[in-house]
Amino acid sequence: MTLAVDLTTRRGTFAVEAGFEAPAGSTTALLGPNGSGKSTIVSSIAGLVPPEVGTVVLDGTVLDGPASGVYVPPERRPIGVVFQDLLLFPHLSALENVAFPLRARGVRRAEANERSDRLLRRLEVGERADARPRDLSGGEAQRVALARALVAEPSLLLLDEPLSALDVGTRARVRDVVRDELERFGGVRILVTHDPVEASTLAERLVILENGRVTQIGTPEEIRSAPRSRYAADLVGVNAVRGVLEPLGEGTGRLIANEGELVVPWPEWYEAGEVIALVRPVDVTLWPHRPEGSARNVLRGRVTSVAVDGERARVRLASTPPLVAEVTLGSVERLGLRAGTDVWASFKAVEVELLRP
Amino acid sequence: MGLIVRTPWSRIGEIIASETALTALRLSLVVATAAAAISLVLGFPIAWALARAEFRGKTFVRTLVVLPLVMPPVVAGVGLLAAFGRRGVVGSWLYEAFGVQVTFTTGAAVLAATFVSLPLAVLVLEVGLRGLDDRLEDAASTLGASRAYTLRRVVLPLMGSQIAAALVLAWARALGEFGATITFAGNLQGRTQTLPLAVFERLQTDPEAAFAVSMLLIGLAFVVILGLRGRFLR
Repeated sequence: MTLAVDLTTRRGTFAVEAGFEAPAGSTTALLGPNGSGKSTIVSSIAGLVPPEVGTVVLDGTVLDGPASGVYVPPERRPIGVVFQDLLLFPHLSALENVAFPLRARGVRRAEANERSDRLLRRLEVGERADARPRDLSGGEAQRVALARALVAEPSLLLLDEPLSALDVGTRARVRDVVRDELERFGGVRILVTHDPVEASTLAERLVILENGRVTQIGTPEEIRSAPRSRYAADLVGVNAVRGVLEPLGEGTGRLIANEGELVVPWPEWYEAGEVIALVRPVDVTLWPHRPEGSARNVLRGRVTSVAVDGERARVRLASTPPLVAEVTLGSVERLGLRAGTDVWASFKAVEVELLRP
Repeated sequence: MGLIVRTPWSRIGEIIASETALTALRLSLVVATAAAAISLVLGFPIAWALARAEFRGKTFVRTLVVLPLVMPPVVAGVGLLAAFGRRGVVGSWLYEAFGVQVTFTTGAAVLAATFVSLPLAVLVLEVGLRGLDDRLEDAASTLGASRAYTLRRVVLPLMGSQIAAALVLAWARALGEFGATITFAGNLQGRTQTLPLAVFERLQTDPEAAFAVSMLLIGLAFVVILGLRGRFLR
């Protein structure tokens, strides 16, 4: 079982060309910045926007083949999609939303409701079955949308930015749910995201998209060791610190690593041993002098490099631990940043994500 | 206001309860209800095409649909006569092939009322469809729903208030229809004489009765619009 995509889809004047394969039983992430063509590819695979040329083949069945006149409409594709904005039906309850794909395929109401209820309970939102989407929290709505995509047992699961709408606290919990469901799902799994952390924690293979083109395909390790574009290099430039935890109280803990210490949120699942703390470069704020405020992590360091990319710059600091911060060009000028400048960096404890190694 | 002053309140019960007024009222309700229902059934696919589909001549179609709104109803009546009259383009064929004569029947009154109320229904429904996120329909199709199932389970339920608004506005417009009806369907008591036509006839013989029947018509429209509570504005 595998998905083979090789297509060109046009949206207005923007053409997206993508060729990649995604085997079943593992998760493939389409990773790229906003506007790189990820959503267009999702629409093409789902059958909502037929490709101009090329083919989409799932398990040997041609879904799109404009050259041979083949086009399977979305409702006949064995694909479950979780859309970025979820698109739950506002007039239906959570249970009715999940039962929708079954009812649409002619499953009797009692059976459809029973299967939907079971799935909602597995995703820990069973008690919200009667709630309307507008009364669900972000995390609950995400689970309901996931259940709706899974309930009819598709052979391909497409997740479009499944965690991006969630706040930091909810994200970690929903990510665990998503990861469990992905592991349980036996078919082809495609995860679309602009978040390298999400991609490398949920997917085994990355397909990197830039300006409507695939620039690199590989495992996170392969891309980390040999990034083929600046974007890929930046993508994997997430701050990762490996160390052990000791409790600080009030839901926080101290991460003790060889290269320094950080204050992090205390993970409920932690028992002992090493964890990986991730800090996104955009979450790091730079200051000319020691900042006042609530941020628990305040570090001092000397700038080792400033790399400008468009309107933003990545600044490397020789702090303990060493950090990469992503700031605007305005900040670079205001702070007079260049190699050798001494600056302070700060970020909140809750902005640190912790992973099991 | 003038109408309230001139209405013969002492005689109003008797006038409204009179045979002719009751017949006209009953006929008006039948005609307006039928016209509103037909406007909805015909209007929905037209509104759908205008809101969702891309095709050549869309602006032209929209102009054509809205035209009856701005055209004098008498002209609409003349147009219908040219099409469905006994010597009309469609009418002569209907008469020769089936012996069916459309003009001067209740059907003609319904046709005339539909002609002027359909544009209102189309406009209200089109606005409603445009306000509905079409990506919900995309989502439904990826969940295995056919077009018909999506229409039934997603689009129609979410369009509830617009459908109600379209129905009521079309109904109210059909209730007040005069020009097209009298031109095309004539003024036959019990068959095509709706309330507005009854008002017009009374005005020439018994003006006081005309005022009374007018009040009835206004009251009817008032109650219906009140019941809608500005829902078409949402």
